[in-house]
Amino acid sequence: MKYLDEYRDERIARNLAAEIGRRARRPWTLMEICGGQTHTLMRFGIDEVLPPGIEMVHGPGCPVCVTSLETIDKAIAIASRPAAILVSYGDMLRVPGSRTDLFHVKASGGDVRVVYSPVEALKVARAHPNRPVVFFAVGFETTAPANAMAIWQAKREGLANFSMLASHVLVPPAIRALLSSPHNRVQGFIGPGHVCTVMGCREYEQLAREFRVPIVVGGFEPMDLLEAILMLVTQLEQGRAEVENQYVRSVTYEGNRLAQKVLGEVFEVCDRKWRGIGQIPASGLSIRREYADFDADTIFDFEGFTVPEPAECISALVLQGRKKPTDCPVFAARCTPEHPLGAPMVSSEGACAAYYQYRRHMVAGAGAN
Amino acid sequence: MAPAAKMQPGLACPVPIPARDFVVLGHGSGGRMSADLLRNLILPALQNPVLAQLNDQAVVEVKGSRLAFTTDSFVVKPLFFPGGDIGSLAVNGTVNDLAMGGAVPLFLSLAFILEEGLPMEVLRRVVESIQRAAAQAGVVVVTGDTKVVEKGSGDGLFVNTSGIGLVPADVRLSADQARPGDRVLLSGSIGDHGITILSQREGLAFDTGLQSDTAALHTLVADMLGASQAIRCLRDPTRGGLSSALNEIAERSGVGIELQESAIPVREEVQGACEMLGLDPLYVANEGKLIAIVDPAAAEPLLDAMRRHPLGREARMIGTVGGARPGMVTMRTRLGTSRIVDLLAGDQLPRIC
Repeated sequence: MKYLDEYRDERIARNLAAEIGRRARRPWTLMEICGGQTHTLMRFGIDEVLPPGIEMVHGPGCPVCVTSLETIDKAIAIASRPAAILVSYGDMLRVPGSRTDLFHVKASGGDVRVVYSPVEALKVARAHPNRPVVFFAVGFETTAPANAMAIWQAKREGLANFSMLASHVLVPPAIRALLSSPHNRVQGFIGPGHVCTVMGCREYEQLAREFRVPIVVGGFEPMDLLEAILMLVTQLEQGRAEVENQYVRSVTYEGNRLAQKVLGEVFEVCDRKWRGIGQIPASGLSIRREYADFDADTIFDFEGFTVPEPAECISALVLQGRKKPTDCPVFAARCTPEHPLGAPMVSSEGACAAYYQYRRHMVAGAGAN
Repeated sequence: MAPAAKMQPGLACPVPIPARDFVVLGHGSGGRMSADLLRNLILPALQNPVLAQLNDQAVVEVKGSRLAFTTDSFVVKPLFFPGGDIGSLAVNGTVNDLAMGGAVPLFLSLAFILEEGLPMEVLRRVVESIQRAAAQAGVVVVTGDTKVVEKGSGDGLFVNTSGIGLVPADVRLSADQARPGDRVLLSGSIGDHGITILSQREGLAFDTGLQSDTAALHTLVADMLGASQAIRCLRDPTRGGLSSALNEIAERSGVGIELQESAIPVREEVQGACEMLGLDPLYVANEGKLIAIVDPAAAEPLLDAMRRHPLGREARMIGTVGGARPGMVTMRTRLGTSRIVDLLAGDQLPRIC
């Protein structure tokens, strides 16, 4: 298939891997930021073609994984109200809150509906004018503009029964938090291709300069990742620490100005709790006061609603690239996608689920079932 | 359930295991949750050697004849879709479950659960479709039942069909027969039905030009059995897709199965839709395809026979059965690496971004 096969070609992959091997004179530890990139690495077994000195550790870019327990519990609380309709992306339904998940709320009578776009949530709100319709908006900068657009449109239409439980997170503050940690061992980053399609590359330059770390914005196909790794290794061997763009077919330096504009119109930067990691300053987006009528956090009274995130947790270490899923003693034994003990086992973009689904046969000792 | 911290000092995970107090949609997905439901709740209550075979059909001996018996319920939404409807699906699905046991399908039962308020015209169209599909497959609907539930207690129309067929004395097909060295054959492209249905759903209407592959496969099976007796097992990879069918065979036979990604035919429209939604065609439903586990020497003659049949024109050899990693299906990817083709826990969920 055109635009697909050429990015999944064995011969090109082997050539790129061999070139990475020729350039790398020292071992390097690299992190891919996005869960989608982790998924590709695992699904295509890219660790098998990389030279042994290149270690990939997996970043926090899985929206399902980093959404705080508190936010999930709020969504569950809304969905449990008799009149309310909670509208969500499908993979949020399986994420356990502190006591239950949205699938179970749905099974016991809650009105939870799966959509593929926030525009669909608006349709639900129009169809049920007498019921509160809440869209559960999670994700990074990638999904934020469409969600902002939905609120903007709801205000314009005066769609009074529509609101959004927004828990957006931002990538650059997360990279800053990782690099500031005394335990950091990441020497180069594959930047988030779809986030940068929206936001551009500019905001990564400060990080590259300040921490002397190369960042190559990368795509999601096997060739994208191998090429991004090659570009990172080249920079590292040459002692450079710059922002480069591998994903040129989608990402421009400035990003999508229109998307940024609507995002800035509806959302503002706020502190955000990340599941497994904790509070990161200025790392989230919340709904501006001008749009408070559409903010589920305000409309539904969540005053004093706090759910503690456990401090010690292997999923936190996994999300920070400090541990591999397979370092966990319960991986593939007591923690499986049917019975996830941690959020990274829930979403298909979570590092633990990706290892489980595609790679556990390569790991000695991991359970086969 | 105790958190991991109790077992492993210094480790605490943020999520408890949710109690499975309710049936959720994943229990009907054909994945691991469906398998667990069978194993933990249904089989222990009804245990018997025929049921324990867990094939698509039961084969029982009655006074010297080998009867194949199967049942299936159909809850597809929308009721009418490109390439078919719930009526043709209900006939073909049950005919195929019989055919996968090598049976000649003979008789069907037909049971409707109708929701109050269903337009009579809809029911008429479904019945006509059933009549056509049954005539085409050469089976006779000999008994039936109709129930009506109050508005809100059903979803328009559900259909159940059961079927009876006769298995020739020398045919023994079962999911526990695969042996190392066997070959895996597939009759055509995967994912057509599932993506067609998905493309018709509310909120996702995209135009693919795709059609459901719903078809009765018993004449293809008859041609195959005519070409070689060295077929160990047949399966139609319906709900849960190719992955679920192969994982069941790997587990029941205690063998490993290795697929070749580049050999598995996937239409561009299916591939494109899957890429867009973050789905894997290996898990998408088919309604007119079969996989065959066959003796290596019989693979070529069987492929020839399949390709001569209109429903097997695109038949391919897609993998081999091995002794390593029993119970596991793996795949040699396009990059030449190896990955697992796992049973999913529940339904495939489109990804957020």
